Amino acid sequence: MVETEQKKKGLGSVVINAERCKGCGFCVEFCPTDAMKLSDQYNAKGYHPPVLVSPEKCNGCNMCGLQCPDFAIYGFMFKKKQK
Amino acid sequence: MKADPKGVLTGAIFLDGDHACAEGAIAAGCRFVAGYPITPSTEVVERIADRFPLIGGMFIQMEDEIASSIAIQGAVWGGKKAMTVTSGPGFSLMMEHIGLAAMTEVPCVFVDVQRGGPSTGLPTLPGQGDMMQARWGSHGDYGIIALCPNSPQECFDFTIKAFNLSEQYRVPVLLMMDECVGHMTERVIIPPADQIELYPRRYYDGPKEEFLLFKPDKDMVPPIVKAGDGYNIHVTGLTHDEKGYPAMTVPAQEKLVRRLIDKIKLNADKIVEYKEEQVEGADVVVVTYGITSRVAIPAIEQARAEGMKVGHLRLIVAWPFPEKRIKELASKVKAFVVPEINYGQMVLEVERHVAGKARVELVGHGGGAVHNPKDIYNVIKNSVKG
Amino acid sequence: MAEDLIDVNESMPTNTVEEYLRMDRMPHIWCPGCGIGTTVNCFAHALEQSNLDLQKVAIVSGIGCTGRVAGYINLDSFHTTHGRAIPFATGLKLANPELKVVVYSGDGDLTAIGGNHFIHAARRNVDMTVILINNFIYGMTGGQVAPTTPLTATASTTPHGNFEDSFNLPYLAESCGAVYVARWTAYHVRHTTKAIKEALAKKGFSFVEILAPCPTLFSRRNKLGDGLDQMKYFKEQSEIKNDIDTKTASLSFQGKITVGKFVDRERPTYLDAMNEYYGKKFGDKYTPYNG
Repeated sequence: MVETEQKKKGLGSVVINAERCKGCGFCVEFCPTDAMKLSDQYNAKGYHPPVLVSPEKCNGCNMCGLQCPDFAIYGFMFKKKQK
Repeated sequence: MKADPKGVLTGAIFLDGDHACAEGAIAAGCRFVAGYPITPSTEVVERIADRFPLIGGMFIQMEDEIASSIAIQGAVWGGKKAMTVTSGPGFSLMMEHIGLAAMTEVPCVFVDVQRGGPSTGLPTLPGQGDMMQARWGSHGDYGIIALCPNSPQECFDFTIKAFNLSEQYRVPVLLMMDECVGHMTERVIIPPADQIELYPRRYYDGPKEEFLLFKPDKDMVPPIVKAGDGYNIHVTGLTHDEKGYPAMTVPAQEKLVRRLIDKIKLNADKIVEYKEEQVEGADVVVVTYGITSRVAIPAIEQARAEGMKVGHLRLIVAWPFPEKRIKELASKVKAFVVPEINYGQMVLEVERHVAGKARVELVGHGGGAVHNPKDIYNVIKNSVKG
Repeated sequence: MAEDLIDVNESMPTNTVEEYLRMDRMPHIWCPGCGIGTTVNCFAHALEQSNLDLQKVAIVSGIGCTGRVAGYINLDSFHTTHGRAIPFATGLKLANPELKVVVYSGDGDLTAIGGNHFIHAARRNVDMTVILINNFIYGMTGGQVAPTTPLTATASTTPHGNFEDSFNLPYLAESCGAVYVARWTAYHVRHTTKAIKEALAKKGFSFVEILAPCPTLFSRRNKLGDGLDQMKYFKEQSEIKNDIDTKTASLSFQGKITVGKFVDRERPTYLDAMNEYYGKKFGDKYTPYNG
């Protein structure tokens, strides 16, 4: 299951592969803009994957992607729309 | 494929067995040797170290035998033919990596110039006590090939043979020399390079997308590639599937380990080599290998001179063992006599295949010297009497 | 400028590290909260930024939790025997000097059973990058004491606490001759990525130590919480001190952690030294060895 949070409120967003997540919480803890939390939901393995609760705060810096030991999340920046 | 003339010292020269082994390796195209000093094998690497710089070889004296025995495997994946050289204590240290080479099917050569053991034993004196270790020394089950030269000439020839067999079967090959053979100086004839036949490495040449590193050909041996060829190979000592990925299941273990054994066992007829002399019609067959095959000759000749019917079967390839031939002979002879410089190793293998059909007599020796031929003669004489 | 941003497909960008990983082998074996995966992430990013020809990069691991890294990296990868990644890598590199050889293994593997190889490869300055993940413990076998376990910490074989001094690995590496020495933690992902990138670009024996949490066997036994708590400790107690005397970079149980780039110097590699020496010795008769 791949969840994409693309509300385009911030400068970027994250892609979360919830099934790959082991719920360590590194991404949530070290997000520089504090845009995520661990979900109340469980994945199939019984871990709580992260969710982007404040998409407007996300700048796509990919700190979560670098911190993730399970390659289950990554951040990206939106491309500026062509005028 | 013929040998590269570069470095082949064609002609007749006086060499000791250790130096002849080094020349054999060079003629076989070996250009990577890692070693650690240990008597009585050191002269092999000393000659390599002397000769390699000007023929494009890489010799490195590693920090120990453990390092040497795996550096050569890295070198094989880097595309070189590679060898390491040692003696008893170092051979013991290399056991884990003989297992790795067997498991990951790395063609390479281990030379063991045997000395008296166990432990530090008799560093400067001969022994043949590593023969079972050669077969079974690493943990787990695997097939292996071991050769036993009895002269400097054979140290040269069999080193080439060892490389060829290792390439043909993607298996580590053990050259089981001994101190006598290693330090004995004799005339060695090195043929011209174009008369030295080499078995080329079995590089994969099929479609890239179909490549599997451990998918065997019909003879159960998989072709190989090297690092940097663009296949993104994975090599592991863990039980693995044909792709090389770890697969730690009972079926994967069965499939892999059975093949590692069968590729030697079922090809044994092609690998096994021995020399027979007056075996037909013999009452007693003397089974020998290495230096003992020469020491036994006066004993055999004396017995024959006295009218005894004595044959001589000399193992050239000790592992795989010529079990078919021993089985055949078992029902035809009264006894086998097995002289060896240990207290009974290859004799066990003879006994196993004779299976009670004839007597099997060991002529044991603790090591430090070769047998007195008289001791072998006495056992032959008693065996003929029945 | 927008054009300077990461160029991704707006609808579904891909995780760029996946290209460097064997995704067909995921999920990996590492525990929740283990830091090894984070370091692998940094390694993948470093590869991405390195401009290396990946066909010519090989990775070699020993045995242990970190020893499994080779199996997850989409390069020519070798999972060797316990402690012997460095001598394997030495053979690989010297057989084909065109390859960039990376050794990626754990503290026990590289500095206990493999300690002898570590010091000699550094002494010879064999051209390789050694990435050592230090989680203070033997993880795979169940949490036994390691040469890196800090004083007083408990392990399954020091149930009453450890009384052996531990290695100061940057000091060890520097004194043996490493040309690049850095220490970071799994928390310092950008620094770690940069350090690996620098180490990969360095000719000679380059060494990066990365401290990583072992929640299952170190943190829990020592009542230090989970992997996240260890990461917070790394964040709070690390002090970046570049270029300091590595002698002063010892670690202690939950004390301050000195991180940074400590050594960046030039020495001829094993191969360069050999070629130069033999060139002088043999003159025109000698063809420089290049595999």
